[in-house]
Amino acid sequence: MSEKMLLKGNEALARAAIKAGCKYFFGYPITPQTEIGAYMSRELPKINGTFIQAESEIAACNMLFGCAATGKRAMTASSSPGISLKTECISYMAACDIPAVIVNVQRGGPGLGSIQPSQSDYWQATRAAGHGDFHLIVLAPSTVQEMADFTQLAFDLSDKYRTPAMILADGLIGQMMEVAEIKEPTTVPPEKPWAVTGHNFKRKHNIINSLILDAQKLEDLNIERFKKYDIIKKNEQRSESYLADDADIVLVAFGASARMSKEAVDMARANGIKVGLIKPITLFPYPENAIKKAAETAKCFLTVEMNMGQMVDDVRLAVNGKCPVDFYGRTGGVIPTPDEIFEAIKRTVAKEMK
Amino acid sequence: MMSNLRFISAGFGGQGVLFIGKVAANAAMLDNMHVAWLPSYGPEMRGGTANCSVCISEKPINSPIVPHPDVLIALNNPSLEKFSGSVKTNGIIICDKDIVTLTSGRNDVQEIGAYATETAEKNGVKGLANMIILGMLYAKTKFCSENSLFEAIKICTPKRKAEMLELNYKAVKFGMNLV
Repeated sequence: MSEKMLLKGNEALARAAIKAGCKYFFGYPITPQTEIGAYMSRELPKINGTFIQAESEIAACNMLFGCAATGKRAMTASSSPGISLKTECISYMAACDIPAVIVNVQRGGPGLGSIQPSQSDYWQATRAAGHGDFHLIVLAPSTVQEMADFTQLAFDLSDKYRTPAMILADGLIGQMMEVAEIKEPTTVPPEKPWAVTGHNFKRKHNIINSLILDAQKLEDLNIERFKKYDIIKKNEQRSESYLADDADIVLVAFGASARMSKEAVDMARANGIKVGLIKPITLFPYPENAIKKAAETAKCFLTVEMNMGQMVDDVRLAVNGKCPVDFYGRTGGVIPTPDEIFEAIKRTVAKEMK
Repeated sequence: MMSNLRFISAGFGGQGVLFIGKVAANAAMLDNMHVAWLPSYGPEMRGGTANCSVCISEKPINSPIVPHPDVLIALNNPSLEKFSGSVKTNGIIICDKDIVTLTSGRNDVQEIGAYATETAEKNGVKGLANMIILGMLYAKTKFCSENSLFEAIKICTPKRKAEMLELNYKAVKFGMNLV
């Protein structure tokens, strides 16, 4: 039986991971995600799992790679600068089609930056989570409940498509407490005949390898993998829509920004401005269908982010020139307030809807 | 019963300001309210001051940030200076007078203080000024039912500190009677 509890986002995520069958965690402490590792270090030994505090983020991610290659559900977590260190290994995992979950509870950047909430790793997560031609499945929780639910989903999608998945959270969602329920899983992890496990010579041994020196062979593999991404784009776009059907202005915001934007939408509606919100849940695949649909009737879009406008291009690609796409954001760890977003809405109205 | 409440609890690290918020959020949760608790975890924590924002609402909470609190709990001078200007008109400021020597200078809010640190010491609940203040917050706003308040204290008192439970109850009751 699951019960509702008041939980920090980070703890809800960690609890949900264990519930999803994750028995192995490899990490290195960094604010604002440290509670994830702290919870795992306490709880995993009790269920015959393994927690390892590695000597570095690089080592932690390679431990994840090794563990996940044996077919076990495993996870690592970090925050922005730590994720940068993991990216080499994330690329290797993508190249080897290894399912694993990587959590980024983002803080302000670039560099060591601040430790305050941020969304400035959007480009990294959706475009360049390492070198080479590849994508991750990226999920963006905006509530403590979603921290839990999307963790289960990340493991499921990762296994289903044999690809690493990232939960792109932020310091606000990680640190805040809300009432959440850690649900019982409704899915069973699939068989993993590709995994490298002991088998007493009963079958041909499996090989996990990302070094493919034959250019044609590598091209074939990359093309094959991008066919998989096409299927993911077709099947797995997820978003939530709030009052967007009749909206003249559609806000697009994910994670913590979506919470602030939703409140701003209510403020604007109370002032007679027809505003709605589309909240992307998957950042890859990007929910372009939902945005395309809204662009048929909307007069303009406003993306709201805790960065310098990293998602704007994706909204513009989906809108495809049908109407203008404005941007409002704060960066460095500053959180945009609903009041500020409401002001930005009014500016957009004045500019785009004369 | 006051159903919607947004407050900030602020003071030095170690005074239990985050714990005040945690108990309040748990109590409201037990009353089936929507709650959000957001701690300061930034550099100011490391400089010695800490605060948390708590939202209690009948409706789902979008922004957990509290720019204009109904109530400010200020357990040191820097907290009063930092947040007193943002308290809503007709709002409440609750201070521990043993530590807070300043006043807000506002005449549109109700400022209530108690010598909580000294009261705690004299009444066998030394170090629990925060729970006295929580009792004052409860008496002043009735943000939850009394049962839920005591149940929340039980939830939030760690099992390894079980001996603290009765003392926490006692301190909260002192606080209730101070208002």
